[in-house]
Amino acid sequence: MAAATLTKGKRRRKSNFGQDNLVGYLFIGPWLIAFFLFTFIPISVSLLLSFTDYNVLANSGDFIGLDNFQRMFFEDRRYWRSVNATVKYVVFSVPLRLVFALAVAMLLNTYRRGVGVYRAAFYAPSIIGGSIAVAVMWREIFGNDGLVNFTLNLLGIEGPNWLGRPETAIWTLIILAAWQFGSPMLIFLAGLKNIPKHLYESAEIDGANSLQRFLRITLPMLTPIIFFNLIMQLISGFMVFTQAFIVTQGRPLDTTLFYALYVYRRAFEQNEMGYASAMAWVMLMVIAVLTAFVFRSSSYWVHYEADEGT
Amino acid sequence: MAGIEAQAPAGLSAPRVVRPAVPWCQRAVARTVFYHLAVGVTCFFMLYPILWLVGSSFKPPDEIWTNQTAIIPNEFYPQNYPNGWAGFGGISFTTFYRNSLFYATLGTILSVSASSVVAYGFARVRFRGRRIWFAVMLVTLMLPTQVQIIPQYIVFKQLGWLNTFYPLLLPRIGGSAFFIFMIIQFIRSIPVDLDEAAMIDGASKFGIFLRVILPQLTPAIITAAIFSFYWTWDEFLVPLIYLNSPELYLVSLALRTFSDPSGQTDWGAIFAMSALSLLPVFVIFISFQRYLVEGISTTGLKG
Repeated sequence: MAAATLTKGKRRRKSNFGQDNLVGYLFIGPWLIAFFLFTFIPISVSLLLSFTDYNVLANSGDFIGLDNFQRMFFEDRRYWRSVNATVKYVVFSVPLRLVFALAVAMLLNTYRRGVGVYRAAFYAPSIIGGSIAVAVMWREIFGNDGLVNFTLNLLGIEGPNWLGRPETAIWTLIILAAWQFGSPMLIFLAGLKNIPKHLYESAEIDGANSLQRFLRITLPMLTPIIFFNLIMQLISGFMVFTQAFIVTQGRPLDTTLFYALYVYRRAFEQNEMGYASAMAWVMLMVIAVLTAFVFRSSSYWVHYEADEGT
Repeated sequence: MAGIEAQAPAGLSAPRVVRPAVPWCQRAVARTVFYHLAVGVTCFFMLYPILWLVGSSFKPPDEIWTNQTAIIPNEFYPQNYPNGWAGFGGISFTTFYRNSLFYATLGTILSVSASSVVAYGFARVRFRGRRIWFAVMLVTLMLPTQVQIIPQYIVFKQLGWLNTFYPLLLPRIGGSAFFIFMIIQFIRSIPVDLDEAAMIDGASKFGIFLRVILPQLTPAIITAAIFSFYWTWDEFLVPLIYLNSPELYLVSLALRTFSDPSGQTDWGAIFAMSALSLLPVFVIFISFQRYLVEGISTTGLKG
């Protein structure tokens, strides 16, 4: 709001039609205040903390320069295991989710009766996705004598200990993520409905088959939405926490010790808030670089209708 | 442009697509049946884990392990629910539900009302720095919670606010970037003519917001409220950090303690409480489904 009073004088002079700094800052004021108090200042403090060995119990910490980063990159083997687990999770779960989301959205993009019911049914797992109940359920489904192994037993197959084996544990979480493709599906569905019908009609007249129509019309027209979904899913994939916390607790052998889970453990279980802040900042930088990369690359593959001039 | 117009007659005279000889209605029926079969079966598999959870919550203790795959129990055993509701450590789920309802309701009201006010500011008021703040807001969508949560915790701890709801509710006073963005998109689809007409009639920006924009925002606000409610209801990390005493536990935290594999062995009760915790979310989802989907798909203007 201080900014509003500062610029008020200038506004008078310029007398820009329809511009109203005071009113504008009054409206966005709540967000601006919350942004500084709960986002900007904490993030800056977090950066400072990352150069200290701050311990919350003692409420004290000394400046230790880059020691946290050195420890993270060169000494902490668990850190690299957590990076490994997170990358593996993101690389498999994000594409799986998006492919399922698009496939089901295309299936539901009709005006048949009952489509609303199906849409709700496909979305249902996502609406409860982050809940503890689902995580608890998943733990039981893939447990040693859980639903999956029980079913395999009926078929005469001895199921592995899904959650206990390093090779399989992370896959239970990837499957859990893939099962919850509802939000990107709804967004894809909205995008599909927005593709002008006449494009398909004229393509049909020109003799294009359904694969060609998908590759030449659907996919290009959807690229802005694929782009949006990709970014949102990448970010949420990197921040996955609850599922690993409940289903596998990072075990076995740290194969599901996702980054966010490791940060939590360092900060709130071992009280090493300086070290945890350093880890969080590295995560922030990685997400920033990755997002920037996707944005940069978008000009090569994202197709905006406005570019054509209507 | 001229080129396209010149081509138009050629397009008109293009040969019609030749249809196969099967009568139209038969083909349509076959396709419809196939469609419903394929989608229906896929749906069933999608929902199977949830149905199984609900079914298992009504199975007696021995049947849970012997009749695992079944959705419908052989013996109906609702006793799991009172068993589970009793909770742990002398605190029943009544407390946990009360806490969760309080937090989810207040949190939703806070973030949705703040978000709509802020969204209006961004969408309809022109002010210096608007583009920059808008960009900043979009960037905050991508920030990992972990970067903010550690300093926040230190400060809230210094203020003596551990085991209170302040650290959970206060950050919501500015709305949520996601809802702000969503509502901005909605407002942009409302014709500016309405604003201008109101302005000519002498309405201020506040008047326009209250009388012109807000009434039209209902679908967007309902959508945001639903999302907010169920994200708050499911929230785990932040409550886990701030709420340590069991009397303050939300349903999510309680379920985690309740289902601790080293403690509980009454799986029927665990399933019952898990299934029950999904109920509010489902009830809201089913009753407002239309708003949810339409809120995302259409841009708010009814044709």
